[in-house]
Amino acid sequence: MTLPTLAVFKFSSCDGCQLALLDLEDELLDLAGAVRITHFLEATTTSEEGPYDVALVEGSISRPDDIERIEQIRADSRTLIAIGACATAGGIQALRNAADVQEYLGFVYPRPELIDVLAASSPASAYVEVDFELRGCPINKRQLLEVVAAHLAGRKPVIPTYSVCVECKQRSVACVLVASGEPCLGPVTRAGCGAICPAYGRGCYGCFGAAETVNITSLRSVWEAAGVDPARMGPALSTFNVASRGFTEAREALDA
Amino acid sequence: MHNTDTTRSFDVAALSRVEGEGSLRIRVEGNTITDLEFSIFETPRFYEAFLRGRHYQEVTDITARICGICPVAYQTSAANAMERILGIDVGHGIRDLRLLLYLGEWIESHALHVYLLHAPDFLGYPGGIEMAADHPDIVKRGLRLKKLGNAIMAAVGGREIHPVNPRVGGFWSGIRPEVLHAMRPEIEWALDAALATVEWTMGLPFPELTPEYEFVAVHDPDDYAVIDGRIRSSGGLDIDPAEWNETFVEEQVERSNALHARIVGRGSYLAGPMARFAINRELLHPLALDAAARAGLGAQESNPFKSIIIRAVELVHATARCLELVDGYVEPTPSFIERPPRAGEGHGVSEAPRGLLFHRYRLDESGHITDAQIIPPTSQVQLTMEEDLRALLPGILDRPDEEIRHTVEQAIRNFDPCISCATHFLTLEIERT
Repeated sequence: MTLPTLAVFKFSSCDGCQLALLDLEDELLDLAGAVRITHFLEATTTSEEGPYDVALVEGSISRPDDIERIEQIRADSRTLIAIGACATAGGIQALRNAADVQEYLGFVYPRPELIDVLAASSPASAYVEVDFELRGCPINKRQLLEVVAAHLAGRKPVIPTYSVCVECKQRSVACVLVASGEPCLGPVTRAGCGAICPAYGRGCYGCFGAAETVNITSLRSVWEAAGVDPARMGPALSTFNVASRGFTEAREALDA
Repeated sequence: MHNTDTTRSFDVAALSRVEGEGSLRIRVEGNTITDLEFSIFETPRFYEAFLRGRHYQEVTDITARICGICPVAYQTSAANAMERILGIDVGHGIRDLRLLLYLGEWIESHALHVYLLHAPDFLGYPGGIEMAADHPDIVKRGLRLKKLGNAIMAAVGGREIHPVNPRVGGFWSGIRPEVLHAMRPEIEWALDAALATVEWTMGLPFPELTPEYEFVAVHDPDDYAVIDGRIRSSGGLDIDPAEWNETFVEEQVERSNALHARIVGRGSYLAGPMARFAINRELLHPLALDAAARAGLGAQESNPFKSIIIRAVELVHATARCLELVDGYVEPTPSFIERPPRAGEGHGVSEAPRGLLFHRYRLDESGHITDAQIIPPTSQVQLTMEEDLRALLPGILDRPDEEIRHTVEQAIRNFDPCISCATHFLTLEIERT
């Protein structure tokens, strides 16, 4: 029997989303028996050329030679799955997209001329067709297992697109925004984390990016009614998914 | 690989089993190393630049994203620096909970490195998953240890990667004692597993290499330092974190996106488990100290290949301390301390699993960041990595290329390098003429 092949690739990132695969301690060896891992640098020296049945891509496209590399991975892969906020939205390093990269370079490096970097940090989808995007900063490892299993079985992954509010209700967590006045992005953020921030007494900070529908002006009214300074909304939408379409449109709606 | 009668050179596409991407270029003429450069191509993410203008309370969430393997280290060094500016002393209860969370990260990271990333080098496997085919019980023990570390992080921090509960001043939410007590049986198992890890690692075959290091680690007179302290070295340094920039310098070198650190007037140094062991050995938990003695470790161990044993000893320490912390736990109330923002500069250190992590921030009166400096462990030890390779290579140049490559990669993994932190892509290129 020929096992399907699985490859894991990294671009600009913190390595946390590929670590989520290794964090499946109970399932890792079974998974490794169900697929052939042919490229996964963080875990193994074994590295085979494509084609790959499933490629997981972590990280954002951030330097000039990344473009050629993501195009090659796309050409080599039957299914390409972008994992995490960097690969699906450009990550927190996309904060530079609206800034002066030369100024950033000069601030961090004494000799900025030695560093070769693209002006914008972008998701894989900016350059190639992506078959599935799994959100999160970091991704939820249970969702990762579901996405890989679904693609191997040739079915559609069951990944909710509703907001974090639904997960709060499922966990019976009292609304931290209404009840305690914590600035919370839960109503406009996609579920997937399990509503951990509200469960720990703080507002959602949007690490899974925008929910399917975002009504930011309505959320602003709720923040105001709860006594939260609405000026905090812009920075709150400008973190790990700053360059995502949903949060970019939300900031534009706030400015309008 | 290209071999001719007069020249030999080869490229290896990428170094594996490290976090992030870097490259190594070695050029050999006859038996002389004429060029050896460890380069980091990990793309800069400009954290220090975009932290400017952010509110101090965002710093634990943002800097966690520098590293998926050691987010708690970033959160802790950052919180330490901010708390110095704001004049916050979090007190014993919060400190204990912070230490428990941090030790969870040590257990997760060390179990990952010892079992899945480093041990395969000693036993001749391409990775931990492949090693499991022949050594299923050993790899399963490592995975269960790793899982326990993650369970501690998830319980205290909300999740294992990029925990949400830590904040400047403590924790958003206190943790109920029963949540921690429920983990006690598994921590007891983990302590036994950690002791077994020491026994197992001490029997591995170790290449000979004993460089002269200056060891640098955080020191706390009352405990094996993890979450805070002064900075000490085997060369006599004993400084407050605020004296960092008078003591250490960072330089940029060509072909590397990470800055290199050295001690002013002296040069390279070693941070990480071997340095902690050299500086703070007597403060280890008695069970860890016993295990180290049984493993034949002296007061200082300078064979970097034996860092795997020291990580195992630290697993004993971490699990034993976690048991004490769980048993003595009293939920801190309040769970965090808040002070009005004020302008100032603050420095923070802590011991990431792979070594000392330094942060410095400046705040304005409204509590927004005006300046940031972050020095991860891997950029501190980059020079030492190169020096280790220079010391190692002459003794093995007569061996086949494949074997040289294997030993060189293993020597790099001794450092448990986190190249993502240091700024990714380790390609190894050896040229012989």
